[in-house]
Amino acid sequence: MNAPRNNSRNAIQAPQRKASDFRIRSNRLAEFSVERDYDKCIKCEVCIRQCSFDVHYYEEEEDLIKHRSEDCVGCQRCAVLCPTDALTIRPNPAQYRAHGSWSSEHVKDINLQAETGGVVLTGAGNDKPMPVYWDKLLINASQVTNPSIDPLREPMELRTFLGAKPDGVEIENGKLVTSMPPQVQIETPILFSAISYGAISYNVQKALAEAAVELGTLFNTGEGGLHPDFYKYRDHAIVQVASGRFGVHPDYLNAARIVEIKIGQGAKPGIGGHLAGEKVSESVSITRMIPAGTDAISPAPQHDIYSIEDLRMLVYAIKEATNYRVPVSVKIAAVHNAAAIASGIVRAGADVIAIDGFRGGTGAAPKVIRDNVGLPIEFALASVDKRLRDEGIRNRVTLIAGGGIRSAGDVVKAIALGADAVYIGTAALIAVGCTLCQKCYSGKCNWGIATQDPYLAKRVNPDIARKRLVNLVKGWSHEIKEMLGGMGINSIESLRGSRSQLRGIGLTTEELNVLGVAPAGN
Amino acid sequence: MKDLQRLNNPYCDDKVLCSCAIFGMMDSTGKVFSGEPVFRAMINMQERGNGLGAGFALYGIYPEHQDYYALHIMFTNRDCRHDTERFLETAFQVERSEEVPTRKTAGISGEPLVYRYFVRPKPQGTNFVNDDDFVVQSSLKINSELDGAFVVSSGKNMGVFKGVGYPEQIAEYFRLDDYKAYIWTAHSRFPTNSQAWWGGAHPFCMLDWSVVHNGELSSYGANRAFLETIGYKCTLFTDTEVMSYAVDLIMRRQKLPPEIFAKIVAPPLWEEIDRMSEDEKELHTALRSVYGGLLMNGPFSVVIANNNQMIALTDRIRLRPLTAATRGNFLYFSSEEASIRLVSPELDNVWTPMGGMPVVGKIGSLPKPDDSRKRNTSAARPMAEVAR
Repeated sequence: MNAPRNNSRNAIQAPQRKASDFRIRSNRLAEFSVERDYDKCIKCEVCIRQCSFDVHYYEEEEDLIKHRSEDCVGCQRCAVLCPTDALTIRPNPAQYRAHGSWSSEHVKDINLQAETGGVVLTGAGNDKPMPVYWDKLLINASQVTNPSIDPLREPMELRTFLGAKPDGVEIENGKLVTSMPPQVQIETPILFSAISYGAISYNVQKALAEAAVELGTLFNTGEGGLHPDFYKYRDHAIVQVASGRFGVHPDYLNAARIVEIKIGQGAKPGIGGHLAGEKVSESVSITRMIPAGTDAISPAPQHDIYSIEDLRMLVYAIKEATNYRVPVSVKIAAVHNAAAIASGIVRAGADVIAIDGFRGGTGAAPKVIRDNVGLPIEFALASVDKRLRDEGIRNRVTLIAGGGIRSAGDVVKAIALGADAVYIGTAALIAVGCTLCQKCYSGKCNWGIATQDPYLAKRVNPDIARKRLVNLVKGWSHEIKEMLGGMGINSIESLRGSRSQLRGIGLTTEELNVLGVAPAGN
Repeated sequence: MKDLQRLNNPYCDDKVLCSCAIFGMMDSTGKVFSGEPVFRAMINMQERGNGLGAGFALYGIYPEHQDYYALHIMFTNRDCRHDTERFLETAFQVERSEEVPTRKTAGISGEPLVYRYFVRPKPQGTNFVNDDDFVVQSSLKINSELDGAFVVSSGKNMGVFKGVGYPEQIAEYFRLDDYKAYIWTAHSRFPTNSQAWWGGAHPFCMLDWSVVHNGELSSYGANRAFLETIGYKCTLFTDTEVMSYAVDLIMRRQKLPPEIFAKIVAPPLWEEIDRMSEDEKELHTALRSVYGGLLMNGPFSVVIANNNQMIALTDRIRLRPLTAATRGNFLYFSSEEASIRLVSPELDNVWTPMGGMPVVGKIGSLPKPDDSRKRNTSAARPMAEVAR
């Protein structure tokens, strides 16, 4: 049994620990339980090399691979890559005594804070079982009186134009004389949401950019600037101007198809951001225009925007800087008075409003904010669209909805509620490999996505990631076409704002009123 | 505020479903003629209706009052007529008012009073709007505020006659055999809701623009949302109402020609636009992005008329039937070619317009089949003709 181990392990810089290193650091119960089938384990040490959280280690005395469940984040990387399926990671069956008010999560968070005195950080989007209104909406289809259309045999159009629209056009001698505000053409109403280089790796942002090029849509730099290598994707870039103004300079603004002023983010409305110095590599530092290794702190507000008239000044400063060639977008988190804010944003001159619901993702946010602040995108979108229509200014702005769009069904419902297009962030990262372990803020992403560690980041092959992103959006686009055809329409604009294509199921009268849809069966 | 929805849409459906027969006949010299062939053509398409609504728009019937707006108004009782007349007298100079002549007709029941008023807006103070807009606003005010009154048509030298019944019954009831017009459009309805209301029959009319429509717009919700954003109030929950408002917005208010109207409600596919010349591409791209909400998606064929022209159009993938034909000075549009052949067995040209390709007959010029029959690589070529 105790035959000497293969010497090759010495070549691998994997952590070696003795059983005596094992100590209880905390009185928190482990979240996950790592179960190893020793009959199957061949001690290949893949799990040790894959886990950046050092859960697995080789125990020399017993010549066994062992693990420390309390460090496991449940990302499933080891279980997926284990060649003999020896590993099972499951939620820890051991739980504190059940309590209707004090969940295990509360007890663990309290303990963590008692140990650290800090803010509990998290990543990804709100994971609480709150109502998902997409799941309470049903889509219509044609029968008899109007025919459905078969998208396999007939054209089905998803092309969408982002930007303000005039009230009408003037034509002279067959030529357009109206000067159109800047328009951005996309071939499917799905855009990649803002995810900064810094929060994600170079390879992942590259994959997003190349997928956007291939799909005829746009990716969004987030607030982290545009890496010099990525200027070649400028025809498909939305660049953000956020409160930290990282990486903002004239070339950056003029590289974009759309410039987006980031006011807020659905996962953390009302607060700023913090990229830890550990993630500010040399390359990130060049892109963000800050010294390497320093924390990149985005203030909560933009300190030149304390009012709507300040926003107007920034909108027009950007329009001046870009010679009125590109639409200016304003991104806000979905909050309770989103409708009035959106109306003000239109009047401040924005061409696009992006609304980010509370289920939207983040690279890092205080958990208490992520889980308690904001509004479902379904409500915010419905009330913003209605307000802009009531005020007769809906055509002056493009509405992009984001924050919890999980499938083509959600996209169709969002457009019927009034969106012109949707942003997808979390769905895109899942396509690249994310398993929603919510540890993005640690910089130790085992899937190589939310990390700047070169050892981890090279796990994402940008070509494969690009292909997976393209497949995802193509698949959704096919599904959208199927649903449009089922409704008897062959162009996405005939769905836009058509709430009569939706019915609510299991919703209260008040919820139906906010969504502007009739109950199922009506 | 009265509830037209309850009247026209008793079950509060998203919208009233209906299917139809449509017919149009025009003498391009502008000479008036009897409607007898139109009645025969409609009888020939009886299968396409179910007796729950029919109507006619007649152009050139009031030459002696051609400078006055002819308001055809339905009343469900005498009181509302008095209220309406009081309103009319405050806002308009009423040149003449009379009950529209009718005769007892088998199968017609529940008929409202129908009056016609020849009016001219009184000179206004500082709140000046042009006469056309004033008439439109007044009609909408009567329709939405005066209980029991409904303006059926409001154009000059034209009128709409419509109600619940088969077309020949409606023609008989309103004594249309006594009229001569240079454009006749006609409609027979097949609504799928069981009740029917006189005001809900076609044609729909704003000023002299009338619409008869055979369609079921799958994009109704998007079209309605677009029009309501601009300020139109959809009260009848029918496709034809949104089609009429689109006609009013694009051709009357924004003064765009019928060929452009067609490219807005039934636009060419993007793959066609991508093949156009730069100027045409720019124009069509702007039309689609600005007026995307007016794309009438799903099956329709429609005949639109005003004092100068008669226009026919089907949806972009031609899901409803339409035949156009010419003989001598006459232009015919019909849901079925057989009805045209019935009234004019010999034809100079007869053709099936392609989806989204408008056929425009003007007083003084008849359309040719080539303008609308081919949807060659061009939506381009007909647009070049628009340019001239």
